[in-house]
Amino acid sequence: MTTELLIWLIPLPPVLAFFLIVLFTNKSRAASHTVAVGAAFLSWLGAMIVFVRALGVEHLAEHPFASAIDWLPTGDTFLQIGVLIDPLSAITLFFVAWCVLMIFIYSVGYHNFGQPEGDHDHAGLPPHGATVHGHAVPSVEPMYSRFFAFIGLFAFGMLTLVVSDNVLTMFVGWEIMGLCSYLLIGFWYGKESARNAAIKAFMTTRIGDVFMLLGIAFLYSVTGSLSFEKIFSEEVLHALASVPTGVFGLSAAGLIGLLLFIGTIGKSAQFPLHVWLPDAMEGPTPVSAMIHAATMVSAGVYAVIRMFPIISLDEKTMTIVAFIGAFTAIFAATIAVAQNDIKRVLAYSTISQLGFMIAALGIGAYVAATFHLVTHAFFKALLFLGSGSVIHGMEHGVLHTGNHKVDPQDMFNMGGLKDKMPKTFWTFLIGGFALSGFPLVTAGFWSKDEILADAWAHGHTIVFFTLAIAAFLTAFYTMRQITLTFFGEPRTEEAKHAHETPWTMTTPLIVLSVFAVGFGWVGMPHWITGGLVENWFHHFVGSMLHEHSEELAFNLVPLATSLIVALGGLAAGYFTYRNVQSPAEDKLQIPVLKNKWYVDELYNVVFIKPAVWFSEVFVSQWMDKGLIDGILHLFGPATGGVGSGIRNYFDLPVINRFFGDGSADVTWWFGKNLRPIQTGRIQQYLLLTLIVLFVVGGLLYFLLMA
Amino acid sequence: MDYLNTHLLSLILFAPAVAALIMFFLPDDAKLQRWFAFAASLIPFVLTIVLWNRFDPNATGFQFEEKYTWYEAINSSFHIGVDGISFSMVLLTTLLTPLAILASFSVTDKVKPYMMLFLFLETGMLGVFLALDLLIFFVFWEIGLVPMYFLINQWGSANRNYASLKFMIYTMGGSLGLLLAVQMLGVLFGTFDLLALYQNWNSLNPGDILLGMSVSTVKSIAFWAFAIAFAVKVPIWPFHTWLPDAHTEAPTAGSMILAGVLLKLGAYGFIRLVLPLYPVEAKIFAGALAFLAVAAIVFGAFGSFGQTDFKRLVAYSSVNHMGFVVLGIAAAGLAAGTADAHIAMSGAVLQMFNHGLSAAGMFFLVGVIYERTHTRNLDEFGGLFPLVPVYGGILIFTSMASLGLPGLNGFVSEFMIVRGSYQPLTIYTAISMLGLLFTGAYILKGIKKVLHGPMNEHWAHGEHKLTEINLREILVMVPLMALMLFTGLWPRWILEIINKAVTALF
Repeated sequence: MTTELLIWLIPLPPVLAFFLIVLFTNKSRAASHTVAVGAAFLSWLGAMIVFVRALGVEHLAEHPFASAIDWLPTGDTFLQIGVLIDPLSAITLFFVAWCVLMIFIYSVGYHNFGQPEGDHDHAGLPPHGATVHGHAVPSVEPMYSRFFAFIGLFAFGMLTLVVSDNVLTMFVGWEIMGLCSYLLIGFWYGKESARNAAIKAFMTTRIGDVFMLLGIAFLYSVTGSLSFEKIFSEEVLHALASVPTGVFGLSAAGLIGLLLFIGTIGKSAQFPLHVWLPDAMEGPTPVSAMIHAATMVSAGVYAVIRMFPIISLDEKTMTIVAFIGAFTAIFAATIAVAQNDIKRVLAYSTISQLGFMIAALGIGAYVAATFHLVTHAFFKALLFLGSGSVIHGMEHGVLHTGNHKVDPQDMFNMGGLKDKMPKTFWTFLIGGFALSGFPLVTAGFWSKDEILADAWAHGHTIVFFTLAIAAFLTAFYTMRQITLTFFGEPRTEEAKHAHETPWTMTTPLIVLSVFAVGFGWVGMPHWITGGLVENWFHHFVGSMLHEHSEELAFNLVPLATSLIVALGGLAAGYFTYRNVQSPAEDKLQIPVLKNKWYVDELYNVVFIKPAVWFSEVFVSQWMDKGLIDGILHLFGPATGGVGSGIRNYFDLPVINRFFGDGSADVTWWFGKNLRPIQTGRIQQYLLLTLIVLFVVGGLLYFLLMA
Repeated sequence: MDYLNTHLLSLILFAPAVAALIMFFLPDDAKLQRWFAFAASLIPFVLTIVLWNRFDPNATGFQFEEKYTWYEAINSSFHIGVDGISFSMVLLTTLLTPLAILASFSVTDKVKPYMMLFLFLETGMLGVFLALDLLIFFVFWEIGLVPMYFLINQWGSANRNYASLKFMIYTMGGSLGLLLAVQMLGVLFGTFDLLALYQNWNSLNPGDILLGMSVSTVKSIAFWAFAIAFAVKVPIWPFHTWLPDAHTEAPTAGSMILAGVLLKLGAYGFIRLVLPLYPVEAKIFAGALAFLAVAAIVFGAFGSFGQTDFKRLVAYSSVNHMGFVVLGIAAAGLAAGTADAHIAMSGAVLQMFNHGLSAAGMFFLVGVIYERTHTRNLDEFGGLFPLVPVYGGILIFTSMASLGLPGLNGFVSEFMIVRGSYQPLTIYTAISMLGLLFTGAYILKGIKKVLHGPMNEHWAHGEHKLTEINLREILVMVPLMALMLFTGLWPRWILEIINKAVTALF
């Protein structure tokens, strides 16, 4: 099979699985997950073959695997769509395929496959457990098959986005993921919170999407094409940079870049459109891993990386990108320190880490951003799956004690899980250290260090210090999370009865933890390897840029900063929370942080309530029913008025009275007044005849004689 | 075979009317009448497939033309023909009518007249799409109103008298100007033939004096006379308020056809008559038209979001979606002759087709649930998903097509319109994005209010027990859903024909 054909086929198995499950296998859980996991495996296999073949191509950036077909007739030409594997999509495909496969396998265990059906479970609510021989045991997810159908469609969206050779199909994949994230966040649609979170996620990201659509339309109008090969050619880029738009003094490239970047702000949950992501934790945990680590949020950053040749043409746009990224990185990190829900900490940490990548792109650190994207996908997927494992273990404890009031996601209800769930603990520790940037051994250290080094080397001091502080906070809240969850003594009865999860859940954790450590090694800088091994990642991905960025020279300041913030943050986190037993003892439970800087409340007052009022009252009642229909309803009485006016003032008096009745009246009057002369006497008649004769004769005589 | 070729369009056009007449003599057996009407409505569909097979997409101009003497004294002839644009509309009509009739199998009251009216309605609509003579166009334009009036008035819900009257009067009132303008054209040139008028009307010298005014003034007035008639039908803001009432009160299948086809008549009028007859005015007034279109898009979306009645919500969505059609038409008028115009116009025609599919589907789904619960109040629903999972899945699918999700049909056409309008009408296109955003809001509101939520106990047991969508109803949805998906993935199947016609015309 040719590589190009294979690339076309990569996204297909998951979507076929979606249709198979929906139409045929939805009654059988085993068949459904077999189909879905099998599909994920096929896509993984295809992706690995393509990846290996891509590695074998010299100068892949100049000679990518590409193939395109005519899709949309537009006048005399066609809009083409196709697939493309260059270094960037190859590396993205690599991590996406791995994460997707691991998440699919993990989902089997997470949704309690093999357990009995619940006693009171309903579709639309999480399983509540079943009773077997008087023991409470976990029950299987009531909508088990549906879950696998949805994540199949989701995987299709992501894979489509990655292999696309043009902005349009990239956008198609992007939106399909948007739909799936809506469906999956609202998976347990019986919960009010899940329902609202799903809508919030969809709508917030859609704000970005409509800007992005506008940007695509603009780009397409100006360049006449949407395929990367054409729009990134030297002459098109030159033209885009030189056309002014009159909007904020941006060039066409700058405005297109900005519009597309707003799409990323929505999708990658950057400030000010970050609000949906924490709420999205309402979805099942594999979804959190999928959406918030490996795929959808990565897609936003991927889009910026992909469009980097255009975005980087305008300094103003780049400044905005850098500012948004850096601000988001520190902003979200401050919120993360005050969260008690194990998944919410990770959610804010994701927002913050995506901010790192965006900031890196804003300062032009293309390779560093890509590197962090890949490493982050691995360790964040690991952390989310790990937290899901913890929650699962805690739910076991809850079922054991039967006290359903205990929130299995609240870290203050945990503690001491290190011994109960060793596999989860060790893998979570690896993930957490990678996130914190634990020096030398973890992937997160190398990628984050590269961003900081880039910022320092190119004189972006503000970005550098902002990110450094954010990195410190990252290490701090990560260690807080690990300490509260795994160390110390169990703080609740439930935590005492927590239980390690089945192999379907722990195996993905182990596989991902290998990448969370090992993937850093492919991008180690020269100073550590001494040039024995080349910086493969830099070489591979850096070749995407027209002008090769040189590898940075060694500089002690960023390295020292990386070391200090990582180790310092971890130490501070451990020692602060080592003995904390309850939220009351936690000094960082500051209301403004806990309430996420009140952004949700602000949006509610400023946007949502006015929009609802505008729709329900202004448009529906005042404008349509009041004003427009009011005017229309005037036509009825007005026409009636004209009609009755004509009748009362013309028909009745003029036609009826004057002409109709009038002519009758006149006739009647004559008849009445002539009646007296109709006496019936012959003498009178003769006399009258005589008089008339004389009169007429006299008149004739005078008239004729005269 | 030759006969078929030369009379194909007449056969398509009159088969439903003839069937309706035959139906008059059918015995009083509802089942027989239903199946007869359904079978009869399949005839034009099959003939349309034949037409498609023989249609030459590469030929410019009209095909399968037929011309008969009709009204000799005023030189109006029965002239019909089809090109890529009208073909897509004919296909939509002949496809939706059988589905609407199938959807009406649950109607038990006065089945015979109901089905007859539907068949007459089909002839009326097809006549508008096929007419190549202004007078014939106008005749069919008005004929279509009558069956729909009675369908709403006799089989509608509570407020049907108000709605049917509003629908009838408003549309007729709107077309008064059209009638006058048509008469004027006929008097001026001694013919109503569209192809001749395209030539003669545009060859007038703008400085000449006509009816005591300059030609350009006369044309401006006539332009608006045409435009308002079609604007009411589309409907464009602020002429849209008849639509939520008519749609809501009409029987389910009536709403399907109303939204699926009847609204397209207005947009088709713009494309077939207004733009070719008034290229100059279309350029001058493009801004005004775009303004009204964007108002329809934005206010339609907000209006939809503000409803508590499921059917009204869907009805307002038509205002929103048809606004995009008019935006595309305005852009095509402004940028005539450029690639932007071709893309915008192809997008507009495709959007008409797509909206036909999704709106018909949405109205049908509203009808399915209304038939079972006898309420459309969104506040009484919620939590129906666990009770009717198949229905829920179909509803979400169709809603997503309506929302314009990439991968389904609506996205392709909306994307083309946005792309085509961007350059000529940048600001309006940008504002229309607000409408696109709120499209999401009302669609999700509908899904949330109907399906999501904890299992609805009220509809779960006893006499209120909600039953799952049945096989007949699924069969109505399957062709629609298949086309939504297929058009989203491979729009070329129909867009190629449309694109060829549009490129040749504009």
